[in-house]
Amino acid sequence: MSLLVTKDLVKWFGETHAVDRVNFTVQESEVLALIGSNGAGKTTLVNLISGLFRPDGGQIIFRDADVTHQSVHGRIKAGIARSFQLVNLFDQLTALDNVALTIFSREGKIANLAALAVSDSAVWDEAHEILRRFGLDAKARTLAGGVSQGERKLLDVAVAFALRPKLLFLDEPTSGVSTREKAPIMDTVTSVVRSTGISAAIIEHDMDVVFNYSDRIVAMHQGAILADGTPDEIRRNETVTTTLIGTPETR
Amino acid sequence: MDVLLVHLLNSLLYASVLFLIAGGLSLIYGVMRIVNLAHGNIYAFGAYVTAWVIGSVVAGASLPVWLVLLPIGAVATAILGAVLEPTLLRPFYRRAEEYQLLCTFGLLMILEDVMRFFWGPYPLSASALFESFGSVSVGESIYPSYNFLVIGVGAAAAIFLWAFIYRTKFGVVLRATSQNMRMASALGVNVNRVYIEAFTLGCFMAGLGGAIIVPSQSAVLGMGVDALVLSFIVVVIGGLGSLEGALVGAIIVGFVREAGITWFAEIELAVLYLIAALVLLVRPAGLFGRA
Amino acid sequence: MSVAATATRPVASSMRPLRIAIPIAVALALVPLVLPAYSSILLAYGLVMAIGALGFNLLLGYTGLLSFGHSAYFGVGAYAVALMVKYLKVSSMELFLVGAIVASILVTALFGVVCVRYTTIFFGILTLALSQVLWSLAFKFFWVTGGTDGLRVPTPSLFGGLVTGAGDKIAFMSHAYYYYVLIVFCLCVALMWVIVNSPFGMALQAIRDNETRAEFVGVRIWRYRWVAFLVSGVFTGLAGALWVPLNGLTTPDIMHWTFSGEIVFMTVLGGFRSFAGPIIGAIVFNYLKTYAVGYTVYWQLLLGAVLVGLVLSLPTGIVGTAGRLLARFQGRS
Repeated sequence: MSLLVTKDLVKWFGETHAVDRVNFTVQESEVLALIGSNGAGKTTLVNLISGLFRPDGGQIIFRDADVTHQSVHGRIKAGIARSFQLVNLFDQLTALDNVALTIFSREGKIANLAALAVSDSAVWDEAHEILRRFGLDAKARTLAGGVSQGERKLLDVAVAFALRPKLLFLDEPTSGVSTREKAPIMDTVTSVVRSTGISAAIIEHDMDVVFNYSDRIVAMHQGAILADGTPDEIRRNETVTTTLIGTPETR
Repeated sequence: MDVLLVHLLNSLLYASVLFLIAGGLSLIYGVMRIVNLAHGNIYAFGAYVTAWVIGSVVAGASLPVWLVLLPIGAVATAILGAVLEPTLLRPFYRRAEEYQLLCTFGLLMILEDVMRFFWGPYPLSASALFESFGSVSVGESIYPSYNFLVIGVGAAAAIFLWAFIYRTKFGVVLRATSQNMRMASALGVNVNRVYIEAFTLGCFMAGLGGAIIVPSQSAVLGMGVDALVLSFIVVVIGGLGSLEGALVGAIIVGFVREAGITWFAEIELAVLYLIAALVLLVRPAGLFGRA
Repeated sequence: MSVAATATRPVASSMRPLRIAIPIAVALALVPLVLPAYSSILLAYGLVMAIGALGFNLLLGYTGLLSFGHSAYFGVGAYAVALMVKYLKVSSMELFLVGAIVASILVTALFGVVCVRYTTIFFGILTLALSQVLWSLAFKFFWVTGGTDGLRVPTPSLFGGLVTGAGDKIAFMSHAYYYYVLIVFCLCVALMWVIVNSPFGMALQAIRDNETRAEFVGVRIWRYRWVAFLVSGVFTGLAGALWVPLNGLTTPDIMHWTFSGEIVFMTVLGGFRSFAGPIIGAIVFNYLKTYAVGYTVYWQLLLGAVLVGLVLSLPTGIVGTAGRLLARFQGRS
């Protein structure tokens, strides 16, 4: 049983097929890279699956349940979480608060307006633990708006992770970060993901990251899936290399 | 039959003025993405200036003089707009929206008292102009001829604006800036100048609305906020940022208000809100709006 | 509590606020004993406004929604009391408060459903417009509301009739009623403190900071904004109910946009990004208004100009600016 299956998923923007009858699958406990040039439809696909966009056709099946028309809230409850390409955090709250809030939300405790948030130590302990796993514990008390770009990227992932999802979508987790910092970020992310057995689908442009960290690669082009296979298969796939990576002569 | 015709004319009268005010609001928003909460008081300021000039300063003059000076309210508000944009609005473009709203709200309060300061708390009228137009018979009723002038100005403004925005070079620049400010800037458009021009035009329109209606009904404190609320309903229905929307919305509001005043005087405003709420539920961006 | 103390220092809470609040509460309690009657009555007005501003700021400072129509809820509270006097012949302050809370809940629940679906601009004008509708209804239905003459409200009885308003009204207002207001004020401040430091309060701030992300951590935006709107309106309605016996009378202009403007002003003056800002702003504003109104008729001009000035140069208001100056003085960054 696949964790996630999309069937003929379609999304139009005006006259363009942003996502053109895509059949995309994610298995349990795998790390998958989603590659493709800009405008290929990767982010739109993630937006459709996470609930930011409504599809114009097709189905999304997650853990055997049809979530096509589920609200964002429902999909989160089902186990789908995501980070954002342009880092999306609560800048006026501390890193710890960002994660703690997510835990409160996950536990259904944010409806509580009659008790001090401080008093729920289980939540704060877990928040600290998550920050520690992502190497951010030192910045726990710093405002999210005030940490470095690399740390913001990690925090973004940590917040999504705090939802205890089964499937985590990461939209360009290393973009805007210096090359030197990319590997540590990916090391942290993949080690957390693999140690908890959740699946991750990572949109990435950096081919080193893609080939070094993923179990499977899905390549998209102009709204459709071009190829789907292991890193070795993709490396040997001429269509992919020509379209996305460049022909051997020009590399 | 003729009663119906009178109602129709009243609706168009109201729609003309609303189009000018709401159109100005929408134009400014469309180009600059700001909503000036003091916009209603700009309309009021235009009304007061015209009423003062025509009703007091040249009260003894003749019809042609009054007609020539009628738009002076619009000129005054245009100048006011040209002064306000660079001084009070520009500092807020990069800041959170709340600050811009707070600033324009402060401006609303300032203008209210500025008008009180210059012209006192009592209504200011310019009815001599209105009366000198006489009236025509519409079936068995009589209807003030001046109102045709207002309707005419409203229609002319709609045509002129359409031509201006879709047929002139400035209009192209305006539309480009409204769709993509950064791109326009990168292509060499002086965005600051476009902003000040758009804002001035929007204020001119609002002031013109005040100027043409004031001979028919006096300028009174509080008319600005009432106009703000009504033009809000217009842009909700028509879509913020769309001139066609302002026109359609103004006509709808004009008709509903006329019907409301005639039959449901007590809850006329509530009926308008009901329509606005329905439109918002069905099409949150308004009939012609962009989200 | 010790585990929590070592593991955390979230949103803004620690025991430090109590160390500031208790001396202030004591000082406020001493006012009728050391200052003349006029002073404590004036301060009572200030405390009442502070409750209203506190409610207002739950929406602005914590949820990021700027309402230009909060006078409506103040008026609902005030008129609820006045109508209870007129039609139900009630004179118990406790019943007044209950009535005002119920009325506020009904109105804010309805208005909130309409308003919280929208963004800053539409939200602002919609709240303004709805409050103008209420204001005009107060005029139109003059046989109920007394129109421009308004409705009189006699001195109420407090604590279930234990303390009645019989006798010297000034003494009553400056002592018994002042303490009543002070107690309600302290309760409201404590309650609001808990609310903004609760998980719910964190969720509101998340919505304020990043609506999209809040949705994607599972917060249902509209629902939470609506609840915030409700709580905010009820606090302000409560303020209106407390205000009416002090004023003796309620008129439609308490629901006019100019009063909404004052609520906005006093909150920005105090500093809307802090908890205490609205409280301080309301009390300071109350004094300013009392003394300035005697000097000029152009009150709107003054308010508007100061508001623009504040937003341009001192956006953090009194509390924020004082905090900054204090930090600099103490040698921190």
